[in-house]
Amino acid sequence: MNPHPEERLAELLALLPPAPRGWVEAAQELPLARPGLDRIVARAEADARFRELLIADLEAAFAQEGVEADAATIEAVRRRLSLP
Amino acid sequence: MERYSRYVYAITQAFRLPQHDAEDVFQDTFARAYERLHTLRDDDAFRPWLASLTRRLCIDRLRASAREQPMEDPDPGAAEDQIDELTNAFAVHEALAELPENCREILDRFFARDESYRTIGQALDLPSGTIASRISRCLTRLREQFGEEMTAGRRLEVDESSS
Repeated sequence: MNPHPEERLAELLALLPPAPRGWVEAAQELPLARPGLDRIVARAEADARFRELLIADLEAAFAQEGVEADAATIEAVRRRLSLP
Repeated sequence: MERYSRYVYAITQAFRLPQHDAEDVFQDTFARAYERLHTLRDDDAFRPWLASLTRRLCIDRLRASAREQPMEDPDPGAAEDQIDELTNAFAVHEALAELPENCREILDRFFARDESYRTIGQALDLPSGTIASRISRCLTRLREQFGEEMTAGRRLEVDESSS
């Protein structure tokens, strides 16, 4: 048995400092990007030409749709459409 | 996601990724978590799933870096060892979240944010001389709270893992 459980708890508390605020805020905004993301995925599935544009230049395709694309959102679309 | 942000962040730091890679993994982890959230009905399964996902993304990133810079030898072994400890830390933070605000804040500021007595005193409008005793009292409450959660069946072995 550890004779000083409070010390051990303090050690464990120290292991989880806050993530950088900007990281957390960006992650919190990810669901807000979902409607635009869903629209792009749906259009790519229905429109072969748009899908080609996505494959050629994902970021340009986002801009065309008026969706602000951060790296995580682009990666999410890439995964959902199984793009290279 | 706030509940898990520190845990995911700590895992990325355990793998010692460059900060820009760590941030990419952090964002990618939550992007995938949002995508899969509706399929994960069991709250108890979410934390291990998230840890496994973060770990896998970190290893992928290390391997990609190693391909780009073959001189660097990725060694995820040490990070793997730390994940269990981070999981223990997560459980303690869960217990902390159940404490009253005054205890939550002072323990978080002092231990997790590594703030000085002076900074804490200014932020919480407390005389510096009372901070140590308040931290001590709050740690005792945390131990009691943690004990209750252990009794309730949460996983953690504070005593054993300190060896």
